Amino acid sequence: MTATETPPIGPGNAQVMNRFDLTRRLLAKLLGEEAVVGGIGNTNFDLWSAGRRPQNFYMLGSMGLACPIALGVALAQPQRRVFALEGDGSLLMQLGSLATIAMLSPKNLTIIVMDNRSYQITGGQPTATAAGADLVTIARGSGIRQSAWADDEDAFEELIDCALKDDGPWLIAVRIDDQPGVGATDRDPVVICDRFMRGLGVKK
Amino acid sequence: MAAAIEDPAEGRAWHEIVRDTLKANNVRLVTYVPDNVLKPLITGVHADQFFTAFPTTREEEAVGIVAGAWMAGVRGIVLMQTSGFGTLGNVLASLAVAYQIPVMMMISERGTLGEFNLGQALVCRTMRPILESLAVEHHTITRLDELEFVVDRSIKQAVATRAPAALILSPLLTGGKVFKA
Repeated sequence: MTATETPPIGPGNAQVMNRFDLTRRLLAKLLGEEAVVGGIGNTNFDLWSAGRRPQNFYMLGSMGLACPIALGVALAQPQRRVFALEGDGSLLMQLGSLATIAMLSPKNLTIIVMDNRSYQITGGQPTATAAGADLVTIARGSGIRQSAWADDEDAFEELIDCALKDDGPWLIAVRIDDQPGVGATDRDPVVICDRFMRGLGVKK
Repeated sequence: MAAAIEDPAEGRAWHEIVRDTLKANNVRLVTYVPDNVLKPLITGVHADQFFTAFPTTREEEAVGIVAGAWMAGVRGIVLMQTSGFGTLGNVLASLAVAYQIPVMMMISERGTLGEFNLGQALVCRTMRPILESLAVEHHTITRLDELEFVVDRSIKQAVATRAPAALILSPLLTGGKVFKA
């Protein structure tokens, strides 16, 4: 294979967007019963601030596990659509989970990766995506064929529409700016767990 | 047939007892990073349609999956080796214990009673102190006649008290893995 035949790697023309704005756009698209799992740090701060729902789960610690937690929910409730929201640093920590998700291929699971190319919350140290690691190419190589960069807000919303309508698994990646999270999650894990279980209809 | 009545194992091997007891307690999801000693149990749960069984790339990934499944109404367990448990300190502290999620763990014990790999012997010594420091209920199972009772009661207590629990399978129960000198 020559260099010209090598498929392009990277986000191409994807615009830099804003995590809080995209999170609000996601929640506005939801039909009601979908579960959303927010990874640690700014990802779930913005999920918290975008609008509390009992079907949202807010992770505190356990960096990298938003996708595995969402996978567990998706396997347990195959009729419910499940979204995992992760940052680039978090997903890089648990890349193997992409291969596990591809292996099981849950139709009801969508991963949304917010890539600002940095460990923003710890001081903005660059992640490997800043050096060219492409999480969409990694996801495709792991076997999640429906993986794509969203070029802009409209493209993001179109991909969410697809994820709400057609069989997954999906991975939607977006480039985001370096704005900090809006607000902060109330760090009460037992309450978070209880609300989520009620939101999923497991507890009455 | 008095002998059969007195035998709680009813002629079953350890892995058959574990499979049956998981089933009796509605533990449907079995995630694992494989181990040679666990092989017959892994084969057994894959052969039974009751279970959803699959490997994960890391043990903490499996804990995340089982935690998510619990919150969505399905009970699960993570099967692993001692060295795999050594990677779990953070996820137990920040997810299973903090959120009060009864993640069941079954650990094939390496590192003792004939271990031939120094690294396994050393990581084994970290396992119980980690469990103790997080106040996670754990039992080391050495006897076939106690196996069903310990597994059954540990699952029931974990669910009732919303707490993770660890069941350590001693080489005294499973035979372990020995160095062929």
